[in-house]
Amino acid sequence: MTVIDVEPRTSNAAAMIMNEAKIHVRNFDFYYGPSKVLHAIDLDVPDRQVTALIGPSGCGKSTFLRSINRMNDIIPEAKAAGTIRIDGRDVYAPGMDVVELRRRVGMVFQKSNPFPKSIFDNIAYGLRLGGMRGRRQLAEIVEKSLRRAALWEEVKDRLDTSALALSGGQQQRLCIARALAVDPEILLMDEPASALDPIATAKIEELIYELKDNYTIVIVTHNMQQAARVSDRTAFFMLGKLVEVGPTNTIFMTPREKMTEDYVTGRFG
Amino acid sequence: MQRHFDRDIEEIKDLLLRMGAMVEDSINQSIRALLERDTVMAEDVIAHDDDIDHMEVLIDQKTIELIAKMQPTATDLRFVATIMKITPELERIADLAQDVCERVIELNREAQLKPVVQLPQLAQSAQRMVREALDSFVRGDAELARRVIAEDDTADQLTEDSFRALLTYMMENPRNISSAIRLTFIGKYFERMADGATNICEMVVYLVEGKMIKHTHAPGGR
Amino acid sequence: MNRRKLLSRVMETLCLVAVLLALLPLAFILFYVIREGAGALNLDFFTQIPKPVGEPGGGMANAIVGTLILIGLAALFAVPVGVICGVHLSEYPTRRFSSLVRFAADVMNGVPSIVIGIFAYGLVVLPVKRFSAIAGGFALGLLMLPVVIRTTEELLRLVPAGLREGALALGATRSRAVFTVILPAALPGIITGVLVALARVAGETAPLLFTAFNNRFWSTSLMQPIASLTVQVFTYAISPYDDWHRQAWAGAFLLVMIILSLSITARFAVRRLERMNRP
Repeated sequence: MTVIDVEPRTSNAAAMIMNEAKIHVRNFDFYYGPSKVLHAIDLDVPDRQVTALIGPSGCGKSTFLRSINRMNDIIPEAKAAGTIRIDGRDVYAPGMDVVELRRRVGMVFQKSNPFPKSIFDNIAYGLRLGGMRGRRQLAEIVEKSLRRAALWEEVKDRLDTSALALSGGQQQRLCIARALAVDPEILLMDEPASALDPIATAKIEELIYELKDNYTIVIVTHNMQQAARVSDRTAFFMLGKLVEVGPTNTIFMTPREKMTEDYVTGRFG
Repeated sequence: MQRHFDRDIEEIKDLLLRMGAMVEDSINQSIRALLERDTVMAEDVIAHDDDIDHMEVLIDQKTIELIAKMQPTATDLRFVATIMKITPELERIADLAQDVCERVIELNREAQLKPVVQLPQLAQSAQRMVREALDSFVRGDAELARRVIAEDDTADQLTEDSFRALLTYMMENPRNISSAIRLTFIGKYFERMADGATNICEMVVYLVEGKMIKHTHAPGGR
Repeated sequence: MNRRKLLSRVMETLCLVAVLLALLPLAFILFYVIREGAGALNLDFFTQIPKPVGEPGGGMANAIVGTLILIGLAALFAVPVGVICGVHLSEYPTRRFSSLVRFAADVMNGVPSIVIGIFAYGLVVLPVKRFSAIAGGFALGLLMLPVVIRTTEELLRLVPAGLREGALALGATRSRAVFTVILPAALPGIITGVLVALARVAGETAPLLFTAFNNRFWSTSLMQPIASLTVQVFTYAISPYDDWHRQAWAGAFLLVMIILSLSITARFAVRRLERMNRP
């Protein structure tokens, strides 16, 4: 993973203006080997709101999402250019501790991926990574996280049973609880409900709505209606470019760009 | 399951009921202005009509936003459709009350006519129908809605009767013509208020039962 | 239409015949061994060491213990090295080095066991001029090593990528992710592989001839030659004494039982561990 270009440090005043957004993306490019998959993305993600990334398959929205917590680092031919700042700090700066970054920025994946361990051990995993040991302390945070993810009541009596025995929707909520346990500020969700049935999906959407009081959430979804239901701001990606971004109501009621209108009305994609 | 949209739906419902209360006030005041020949009250009604118009715009905006965000189905969808049809009816009814008041102000400048008993009856009838229409919406009472729809015939009859009475006044004395015509207009306005209440009730039946009964009344209705 | 059905039937029958042909020798072996060996099993066999030449009676107690010690040593050598090697191949691959290692493992897998035995002789026995259990364990370990390496690598590959991503996304470093999530997830399969390799190695004779040699007396010392079931069976089988022949059959029977029980244990252990992996 190589970084081609890093913006030089700016003055304090300029930094303060830029810092109104929790995540501030400027001129971000991304390459898989020789092919450029993201072009000059400029995006501000406000604090404690849900921002949805929509667009047809292959438009780069997942790649962009994974660039925020540098999950793309594990791909050997990947290169990033431009800046992504979280609270003013450049995520791709040479001194950035990726492990620390990933604790502040949690991620939930399309296919839920609970570890083959007990429910308790799943949630405690991130905490143990950070060095926490005491059983009581861990149990407290495990309970808090499960409550936050609206899963506590369903599993409180079987914390030591295998996480894989849960239903699909429960597993996904477990993964959300697991991500919340380390108390991130930002939660990235990559199509979190696409593998779930409608009832489980509705539960996840309500959960997201509740979580935004405390977390900044960026969600990638190929389901436009879900983006409309759940988000405050929506960004429309197409062929690696950011076509339009704005309040969700605007994007779905009075979009500026014709491409946005065509996508949102289902005329293509 | 609790949905955060339920809060939005409740909010729109509240706004509609507030608008309904404002419209009922207007009707009430217009009737009193008519019976007591009170110009000040009439002017008051006319001034407040703007507030009611603003409510209509606000409710429209929130309802469209709800459609965009929620993609409502089933009862939720019928609720949204009902709201979008009731608000303009309410606004028209408020406009009619305003029209009544404009005629009242003109009437008060002329000599008072002999009372036409059917006119106040018609006014009370229209007022009651509007109130009950809104009640039926709040309570989801399709039975009540249907009863109100049936009352429209009575309102029509009262209008006819008061018109005939006013005709005789006009024929008795040409100096009555001006006031009588204004009173005829007022009768027409109340009759159209009753029609508006009927339209609202038809939407309530649609909301509650899913059946669209517009334009399917027995002949002799409207 | 009928010809197709006929052809299908013929093929089915041929397959059945082939299966029977393959299973028949196995059935015969089991039957023979059981018939000849079960009769000679008695308490003495399990508790006594061999009697001096010519005297009847005695048992193979020391050989049984010896085999167990030898496969224990083999596991001690092969499992840590093999698992870590497999981890390296799967998680930190470099194109040239990794394919070299894999190739080497495959070649080693094919090396005749007697050659491994001679190698161990040259490496461990000659310098100290003595046969020992350690040398035997080392030779058997070398035999096990390629299997453990390849099994570990394959099973780590099979762990769903989502688990690795999930661990990384929570702030785990590469190696912590491997050792706290991925390896535990692959463990059932790795254990099966180890147990199966152990079963194979328990039945080896040739490498032990040059390393652990044999021992007619009771010995559990690691630095001394040690008895083993396989070598003992070999020794008794080529002897002229009937009594020893019978004991050889008993030893063979016991060997088959040990291997069978190792395989069955493998299956059960895996099933219990897999309950953590799949509901």
